[in-house]
Amino acid sequence: MSRPVRLLLLGSGLLGLGALFAWAISGLPAFGDYRGPYGFVLNRIVVPLRHTTNVVMGTNFDVRGIDTMGEEFILYASVVGVTLLLRDETRTRQAERRTRRFGNDTVRLVGIAMVGAGLLIGLWLMAFGYITPGGGFQGGVVTAGAILLLYLVGNHRDYRPFRDEHLLDPLEAVGAGGYVIVGLAALASGTAFLTNLFGLGTAGMLRSSGSIAILNWASAIAVTVAMLLLFAEFLETYVVPLEPEDAGS
Amino acid sequence: MSYLPYAVAAWICLVGIAGMATSRNLIHLAICLTVTQSSSYVLLLSVGYVKHGHAPIFIGRKLGTTAVDPVVQALTLTDVVVSVVVIALILALALDAHRLSGTVNPDDLADISG
Repeated sequence: MSRPVRLLLLGSGLLGLGALFAWAISGLPAFGDYRGPYGFVLNRIVVPLRHTTNVVMGTNFDVRGIDTMGEEFILYASVVGVTLLLRDETRTRQAERRTRRFGNDTVRLVGIAMVGAGLLIGLWLMAFGYITPGGGFQGGVVTAGAILLLYLVGNHRDYRPFRDEHLLDPLEAVGAGGYVIVGLAALASGTAFLTNLFGLGTAGMLRSSGSIAILNWASAIAVTVAMLLLFAEFLETYVVPLEPEDAGS
Repeated sequence: MSYLPYAVAAWICLVGIAGMATSRNLIHLAICLTVTQSSSYVLLLSVGYVKHGHAPIFIGRKLGTTAVDPVVQALTLTDVVVSVVVIALILALALDAHRLSGTVNPDDLADISG
């Protein structure tokens, strides 16, 4: 099929889809005219029942906790998939060795400062995820991003522990497995899977929310490490392979 | 104006699909897919918006004040995670395609077998 024909087909398809969208939108309640009831119910009950002031995280780690477990394992599956796709011993030889550095000291200095700031923001998002806006997933991505910045502006040597799978794999297991273990602990104590059973504490304090706090940390670790493993896999294959003598350290 | 956010979501979706279909580069295609997926964030968040509602975070705010739907926000988080993993896999596949065929143009890839 030639390109003009394909474009014509695409155009008519998009017009049709657009018409369907317009039809669907005309049947929706107007913007801001939310009819509930789940949002209203959760906003009423999550704080009194779970002492979690961030209702979004209360929803994620408690109301739909099993969904979030699935979500965590989607991420895990993706890491496994990328690893299987990219890991090929014969390929590392083709990888170009790049030792390019930012020559500009100001750029490097600002970059290093941003690594610190990024780590701080990431840890804050994780630690207070169930109290203020944030959460394990968001904090994990910010933290992993800050660590990747270290690779860009710092020395490759400094970054080495963050791409060492012997270090990362057990941590990933702690994150992903920790979530399941919290769920199984509830099952073992005779209630339903992932029932919130640790002390609820005071709403608005770090010691609050019971299981939600632990699940939040488990997913934070799992997400940070999953991101680092993805970065490591891409770096390993196409930029700078770990030297054999470094791999075990 | 009250339907504008929905229209924006539909527009982002259509633009992303158009970008994917006309793409001549797999990396560009992956980014277009992300654009398409972003339309679902806009749609989810606008569906859950309550007029004059605050974020569903009740620290320093009395319980029972109007807040937007937390369910769709939680779903958006899932959506973002799925988007990230999909783009990671697609980029890995694009790298593999480039390694095997030396091109990231989907039109040229069609001629390659195996």
